[in-house]
Amino acid sequence: MVILFGFTLNGFEVLAWENMSILEVAGFYGIEIPTLCFMEGLSPYGGCRLCLVEVGPVGKSRLVTSCTYPAREGIEVRTHSQKVLQQRRMLLELYVAACPSSKWLQDLASKHHVTEVRFKPKGEECILCGRCVRMCREQMMGEAIGYVDRGTQRRITTPFDKKSEDCRLCGGCMYVCPVCQLRCQGPKEKSTLCSSCLNLYPPCAEKFEEVMCYMDPCAACELEKG
Amino acid sequence: MNALGLLRDVKELKRLKSELKKEKREKFVSVCGDTGCSVWDSKKVDEVFRRVLEEKGLSEEIPVKSTGCLGFCECGPVVIVFPEEIFYQKVNEEDVEEIVEETVVKGKVVERLLYHDPREDKKIVKASDIPFYKKQVRNLLGDNWLIDPGSIVDYFSREGYAAAAKAFTEMSPEEVINEIKEARLRGRGGAGFPTGVKWEECFTKNVENKYIICNADEGDPGAFMDRSILEGNPHSVLEGMMIGGYATGSNHGIVYIREEYPTALEKVKNAILKARETGMLGENILNSGFDFDITVSVGAGAFVCGETSALVNSIEGKVGEPRQKPPHLAEKGLYGKPTVVNNVETLANVPRIIRWGAEEFARAGSKNSGGTKIFSLVGKIRNTGLVEVPLGLPLREIIYEIGGGIKGGGHLKAVQTGGPSGGCLPGYMLDIPTDFEELDAAGSMMGSGGMIVMDYGTCMVEFSRYFLSFLSGESCGKCFSCREGIYRMLEIVEEVAAGTATLSHLDLLEELGEMVKNTTMCGLGKTSANPVLSTLKFFKGEYLAHIMENRCPAGVCRALVTVFINQELCSGCGVCRKKCPEEAITGEKKEPHYIEKALCSKCGICIESCPEEAITRA
Repeated sequence: MVILFGFTLNGFEVLAWENMSILEVAGFYGIEIPTLCFMEGLSPYGGCRLCLVEVGPVGKSRLVTSCTYPAREGIEVRTHSQKVLQQRRMLLELYVAACPSSKWLQDLASKHHVTEVRFKPKGEECILCGRCVRMCREQMMGEAIGYVDRGTQRRITTPFDKKSEDCRLCGGCMYVCPVCQLRCQGPKEKSTLCSSCLNLYPPCAEKFEEVMCYMDPCAACELEKG
Repeated sequence: MNALGLLRDVKELKRLKSELKKEKREKFVSVCGDTGCSVWDSKKVDEVFRRVLEEKGLSEEIPVKSTGCLGFCECGPVVIVFPEEIFYQKVNEEDVEEIVEETVVKGKVVERLLYHDPREDKKIVKASDIPFYKKQVRNLLGDNWLIDPGSIVDYFSREGYAAAAKAFTEMSPEEVINEIKEARLRGRGGAGFPTGVKWEECFTKNVENKYIICNADEGDPGAFMDRSILEGNPHSVLEGMMIGGYATGSNHGIVYIREEYPTALEKVKNAILKARETGMLGENILNSGFDFDITVSVGAGAFVCGETSALVNSIEGKVGEPRQKPPHLAEKGLYGKPTVVNNVETLANVPRIIRWGAEEFARAGSKNSGGTKIFSLVGKIRNTGLVEVPLGLPLREIIYEIGGGIKGGGHLKAVQTGGPSGGCLPGYMLDIPTDFEELDAAGSMMGSGGMIVMDYGTCMVEFSRYFLSFLSGESCGKCFSCREGIYRMLEIVEEVAAGTATLSHLDLLEELGEMVKNTTMCGLGKTSANPVLSTLKFFKGEYLAHIMENRCPAGVCRALVTVFINQELCSGCGVCRKKCPEEAITGEKKEPHYIEKALCSKCGICIESCPEEAITRA
């Protein structure tokens, strides 16, 4: 038997059942929470910290990752409070600085009005969200890749950096990677932060009548390319 | 005395104790065998003592005990002669003969080896009269100088395992938990969670196979409280675990020790064997119907594995990463079973609470937390070592009365409490009591008890740079905010130290610190910004001096200082020229030398080597 219980989500009373995460409940009620390491079909990981929500009454609240935090009766959750948005923006700024070549990250940054990157761009290719590791283990039953080392040295690789016998070259890891896709070649010169989709009149919208920005993938940018 | 056999019930334990009391040896010599004193060759001193006593035919009568840490590491190697409790400091191999001849045989005091109190300018004979020890309340460490950690007999003679016997036969688990709660015992590992509440949570879970884990993964730079307890009195921790197991309803205890503590590891393993031999561990302990056994799990020495859920992962053989809570460990811990994780010091306190009663135990301590806390007092302090004080004692008393003030007669600039994740407090805040809440409110934390004292020769920018670089290597790397946040904070602080930062960097640093504090999952990340945020709060001027004036007030940050030779003082001896690894110093013999700025790496070797003290850094 499914037991329904209620809690407050952004000021509204909502219903959920046991073992549902806050992210799932919010998705059900049409509230979008940005995610990176979360993917349906894979176990929640809570590493990217982007799906942060504020739990608890104002003044005594704390930030938790909604993908791993179970919905519980009577809790008070805010998904887009100032505290949340501020930290999310800071996180995205760090993401773009770490990995400026990713379209996904650039789009997210634009969506959240990140207007400047105050750090030196690093040009990394992996944000260690671990989607590929979980994909390989949980869906492909491969367990060919995993994490190595800790701290800033942490990376994802095969055991001893050698070609793995468990890898069937299925490509599942590449398929789920959120940062493999290169950013669109917009009309502007390449900078750390793209932010072409940011304003209501993006440079491309002036040229192409029928496109709207905030689209994923950004049609104008795609057209400009081809 | 008869060989120790299996003790089947409480009567046999009591009989053994009365036997031990009769045979009690008053005369013995304690030589500190712990790491601090071993560095000064205390092992050799120990050997020579045994040899000399053997030669004189006294080895039967006067045993030598290689003890755990005696606390006063500044004076190592330390030797204490009982029963007079004569304290000898900095003992060499050559001194041993004299000590045996004069003190042990004739009962006289060797004047030149006594501790000299600089404040009153007199020699002190008795250990407990030394100001360093006098002000302390040594509940946990006090037994260290009387006990050979390798001998369970020594522990029995100090009321050992009496608390376990009392708990198993006279008390119910609820009563034990209540006693712990009334004693206001709080976790000594850092967070200060009430131990009684933790145990109760686990006790109420009606599941078979619960676990109690002793967290001995002490990894703070400059902290060695837990190690010293394990090396000095391992049985007290085992007894605490037994009582904890009884109270929570678990039959399996695990001691999680890092591999970097080989001595502690060996002593704990040995203690477990001895406890099993005497029936203190195993099935039906002392005929109480309670089974309990302890195993050891060795960690690879990751700082993050001190976090309880990462520790549990590590024991399971997984990567040492913290788990998302909830579910808490009391619901779903090791192998999915309810688990309690307690710090070494917490567990060592437990037997005393049961033996003395909660009221007596909590007499020392503050309103919110009872008992004593061990701090490892290091840095620019005169009396480096382990100090045990009642909770709530102001920092000033610890530093000036027990610690003896600042080494080299300097002035106190800041004191950092709580290890790498703790903050540092400026000199004017020294009157706050060492209590969990008070330190938290001041922007630092209690942590596990590291206490680093700094004088004006310490640069606060360099200070936060050091701890950030430690944490950036020790973060597990799972949470992006911790991994990347610490890296970026380090990047900015390094820029400040190099003098290339701008004012906007400081705001960014603060913003980053807050972000890391708010958004990371585990305790490591949540507190990792403390060194930065607290130095920014109390020592912002120093950051500004680096940025605005390109000057390091403490003269530490290499990029901002220059090394020069005072031409009037230089005698031209050429020592610095020979020592300089960069070959940056030139000059004719007997003529003043000078330093080529472009070549100088500011390592400071010349400053140390100059006999005329003509070279300075500014």
